[in-house]
Amino acid sequence: MSVSPVPTGDPLLTVEDLRVSFATEEGVVQAGKSVTAMTLMGLSRSPNARFEGTAHYKGTELINASEDELRRIRGAEIAMIFQDPMTSLNPVMKIGAQIVEQIQEHEALPDQQARERAIELLEKVGIPRARERIDNYPFEFSGGMRQRVMIALALSCNPSVLIADEPTTALDVTIQAQILLRMRELRDETGAAIVLVTHDLGVVADIADRIAVMYAGRIVEHGTLDEIFYDPQHPYTWGLLGSIARIDRPRPERLPAIAGLPPSLANRPEGCHFRPRCPHEFSKCSEVPPLEARLEGNADHTDRCWLTPEQKKELREVRPGEIGLPDKQTGVNAA
Amino acid sequence: MGRFIVRRLLQMVFVMFAVSVLTFFIFQVIPNGDPAERMAGKQPREAQIQAIRREWGFDDNKFVQYYTTMKKVFNGDLISYTTQLPVMDEIVKGLPRTLSLAFGAAILWMFVAICFGLYSAMRAGKFADRFLTIIALIGISLPVFWIGALMSYYLGYRLGWFPNGGYVEFTKDPVDWAYHLILPWTALAILFIGFYSRVLRSNVLDTINEDYVRTARAKGLGERQIMIRHVLRNSMIPIVTLWGLDFGAVVGGGAILTETVFDLQGVGQYAAEAVGQLDVPPVLATTLFAAFFIVLLNAIVDIAYAYLDPRIRLQ
Repeated sequence: MSVSPVPTGDPLLTVEDLRVSFATEEGVVQAGKSVTAMTLMGLSRSPNARFEGTAHYKGTELINASEDELRRIRGAEIAMIFQDPMTSLNPVMKIGAQIVEQIQEHEALPDQQARERAIELLEKVGIPRARERIDNYPFEFSGGMRQRVMIALALSCNPSVLIADEPTTALDVTIQAQILLRMRELRDETGAAIVLVTHDLGVVADIADRIAVMYAGRIVEHGTLDEIFYDPQHPYTWGLLGSIARIDRPRPERLPAIAGLPPSLANRPEGCHFRPRCPHEFSKCSEVPPLEARLEGNADHTDRCWLTPEQKKELREVRPGEIGLPDKQTGVNAA
Repeated sequence: MGRFIVRRLLQMVFVMFAVSVLTFFIFQVIPNGDPAERMAGKQPREAQIQAIRREWGFDDNKFVQYYTTMKKVFNGDLISYTTQLPVMDEIVKGLPRTLSLAFGAAILWMFVAICFGLYSAMRAGKFADRFLTIIALIGISLPVFWIGALMSYYLGYRLGWFPNGGYVEFTKDPVDWAYHLILPWTALAILFIGFYSRVLRSNVLDTINEDYVRTARAKGLGERQIMIRHVLRNSMIPIVTLWGLDFGAVVGGGAILTETVFDLQGVGQYAAEAVGQLDVPPVLATTLFAAFFIVLLNAIVDIAYAYLDPRIRLQ
């Protein structure tokens, strides 16, 4: 596992109390991961959207930035890889043209040089015979290859931040592993920070240094990979970790899951949003817990749960050495 | 590609054969269809009519008549029953007029419809969009003979801004050619502008929500480039199909009313007059002419489609 040390110095990208709401959105179940990612690039703007909170990239405020400011950042400083490679490339443009277009938008490069750069990029992401394939159309590539093209596209202007919104969800596991490996190598090569949006903890374990767990539009826990996986503080995180199907354990009757459904965004519960599904709920939970460090001597590991660290340590251990969350009604362990 | 063209040629032969058979025999069964009686003039003697019948071969078996008529079509020596003039000469004379009208109008309606449709879509739901929607619906509802007559009367006759009908050959004076055609082009294009801009508007609105448009935005492209390179190109594919087919239809008879109103004496007007006089040879020839253009444009549209959308391969 590649866990590089947490970088020090001024943070490249900071997000604070970001909240996005859409006037017409009702009853949609989501944690807000993708919307948050899109909002950082100004891609969720619409007449119905309301934004609260701030996000800064190298000192530039992103949420209220003008379209022109954002355009300079998009693609050049912050690039994005989308979930579905099958539909995210223009079907009637050659892939080379789509990459060259982005390069020339941000850099004054003559056609031939931009094309050479595109070929290099395609080689870098592992497309064989890139020099010939550059003149192919997206439909002439498989899903995994298209996602590689998307990555090449995203990397074409050497961005400092790469936002990947569930980049492997639409791919089968073998391809998924290849893509993740490639992304990790490219991160180490180019030094770009990757913001990975995913619901797949396996993917997270593979690539992340720091993790923010989101539930119903809020970050409920934030820490390093090790902290989240080995010392999780929020019951939702316990539930997530408890519902991983494990190949090294006897097969359970039913796949473990957190009972209940995420709340509809139109009527989220007062206080802690996870309260209705949490077996450890108590009177204080009707107040929103702030996202703050609750562990002694670790200011970086923050969470939104009113339980004390001692209570958490005890409650999360559903079986010796195993983290999980019992069902609220039945009390049956999810792990 | 080779096979595609061969198949299309065969298809064209079949369509034209079917059209010729239908046209020919319809005129055999409609009442008052006997050409000999009409050719013989007012109050003819029976012997005169018989003589004409014999001379023109109207006595022969219908199928033999069809055969001889079609032979004349291919040899180009078909003669009109009414005017006794060679049909081919009339069509050759009318062709540049009809093509001038159709080409100009098609370019005009495509260009204006793209502007209107794109602008409408970008302002969807706002005042400009609603205003253009109403204009488009009015345009669709205006019959060409009415708007054409109004334009001809007010702009041509009353104000004298434009010539009152007629045609000047392009080779003679291109400026005068265009000047004479401005009103006909506009009259013919109005209907199509309304229709096309509506179709384009909805296509653009569909395309704007596609994932690849979001990708284009994430690349940092400007709004204009996104609209033209990513949205418009994909929205245009169905419109181009429509355009080719409509162009074929306009050349093949859709411009009859416009040609008649502005007295352009193109193929359409010739066809309209021939139908009015139940004059079979010109009707047959102009119908075949129309069928030819419609089938031809169909094939061209298919080829253009494959070019616009690389996912489609001709086979």
